[in-house]
Amino acid sequence: MIRVEHLKKEYTTKKGTVIGVNDVSLTIERGEIFGIVGYSGAGKSSLLRCLNLLEKPTSGNVQVDGTNLGNLKEKELREARQKIGMIFQHFYLVSSKTVFDNIAFALKAAGKTKKEMESKVTELLELVGLSDKRDVFPSQLSGGQKQRVGIARALANDPKVLLCDEATSALDPSTTKSILSLLKKINLDLGLTIVLITHEMEVVKDICDRIAVMENGRIVEIGRVYDVFSKPTQELTRSFINSVLDFDLPEHILKKSTGTIVKITFQGSVAEESVVSDMIQKFKVKGNILHGKIEYIQGTPLGIFVMELKGESTEIAMAAEYLRNRTQNLEVIQND
Amino acid sequence: MIDSLFNLLPDLNKAFYETIYMVLISLAIAIIVGLPLGVLLFVTDKDLFLENRPLKSILGFTVNMIRSIPFIILLVALLPLTNLITGSTIGPTAASVSLSVAAIPFFSRIVETSLREINKGIIEAAVAVGATPWMIIKDILIPEARPGIIQGLTLTTISLVGYSAMAGIIGGGGIGDLAIRFGYYRYDNTVMVTTVVILICLVQLIQFAGDKIARITDKR
Repeated sequence: MIRVEHLKKEYTTKKGTVIGVNDVSLTIERGEIFGIVGYSGAGKSSLLRCLNLLEKPTSGNVQVDGTNLGNLKEKELREARQKIGMIFQHFYLVSSKTVFDNIAFALKAAGKTKKEMESKVTELLELVGLSDKRDVFPSQLSGGQKQRVGIARALANDPKVLLCDEATSALDPSTTKSILSLLKKINLDLGLTIVLITHEMEVVKDICDRIAVMENGRIVEIGRVYDVFSKPTQELTRSFINSVLDFDLPEHILKKSTGTIVKITFQGSVAEESVVSDMIQKFKVKGNILHGKIEYIQGTPLGIFVMELKGESTEIAMAAEYLRNRTQNLEVIQND
Repeated sequence: MIDSLFNLLPDLNKAFYETIYMVLISLAIAIIVGLPLGVLLFVTDKDLFLENRPLKSILGFTVNMIRSIPFIILLVALLPLTNLITGSTIGPTAASVSLSVAAIPFFSRIVETSLREINKGIIEAAVAVGATPWMIIKDILIPEARPGIIQGLTLTTISLVGYSAMAGIIGGGGIGDLAIRFGYYRYDNTVMVTTVVILICLVQLIQFAGDKIARITDKR
């Protein structure tokens, strides 16, 4: 659906050239929800804004639905943009226009008639659950409601792609949830491809199919969300995941413990098996759980436990080996 | 005193209409020319959808140049142009030419400033839905800047009332001119005070109306 090839974006400032996006190649499939995470300044926003040419890439190609955006003339680009919806962190609604007119503006841009606007806007307001706010001005809406208007505006011309620029970062947690479930619903019902950038791992965990982690303008890690969460390869990815799955033990617990501390990650069906109790029955070790959590990432369980194993060192070694074989994922944090 | 006021009435009446006449004409022209000019100054700026550095520089320079000329000099310097346009160099119509020329750059800068107040993201969102530049100007920029533009109109109108006093130099007439000729040159305090009071009331009224309209149109 979206194909990015060797995309590069440089900014010229008074202090010289700053690289926003550094040679990024990426393919986003039709109908998937793709998350891009990274700290501010990592280039994720630049990358997203290159996808509808709000920013002109310095070099490289951006293809959306088979069209190379860089080759388009002004008028063609405007038409292409009508098929790429975009929502923003700060909503960017027109304060002098009612909710209806804000959404209708997008339809007007596509040259729709008054009658078409009327019926389409009514339909969109129903979709985002704001039918009663039709003639209200944005200043009278809450943040979540404003974002719903933003979504309705972005969906006005039946786009194939929706770009979300930190769409939930200005919202409180419960509003974030409701906006995310709306996005998920749109994704399923309309088959819309969604690209979202965020610094909140919670968002990625909830709705994304795949994720790319960015640093210094490059993609450092990319993969299915579940895989990245269960087996991150980069330190940066780990630190992001820690924001949702934090397993740092307090210093005094580590000092006090006398056994071997292991971190076991159970992926998928293994999480539903009785691995730990099997291990304890098989070997002469005592297990003491220090930390643990089972997260459901899009319905698939991901269990992470930190255990202290006590007993003879040979038994512990064998037990650890056993765990490693069963779970494919064991990390020894501290040996006795 | 009542007597002298009564005698003054026909003159005052005429002067009042002359002031209104000059201000309205130049205000109309300031809107017709200054509003598009202000929009152009804004949209040709860096990182905007009609970015055009050379045009922006030329327009900016011209506007600054006209604004830096003292009005009284502009009034005289523009006499040939005035003659060309109105066929005369005296009277309120003639004075309206110089008033308009002074008001256009003044108002256009105010329009530009009001547009600058708009959050860039709102403009970007409009670009992202595929709107044409003309649609963005007409449906986003002008409505969003409307409260600021109306306040700018109030400011321009009041400045014009002030400038119109100088129109007397070329026989433009108006209340200000009356105040100078009768009140100042002839030491007639009654005329002086009356005209000043009328001017004060006029300015207050314009400000009051402007604020009111700006408030009604402000949906932020």
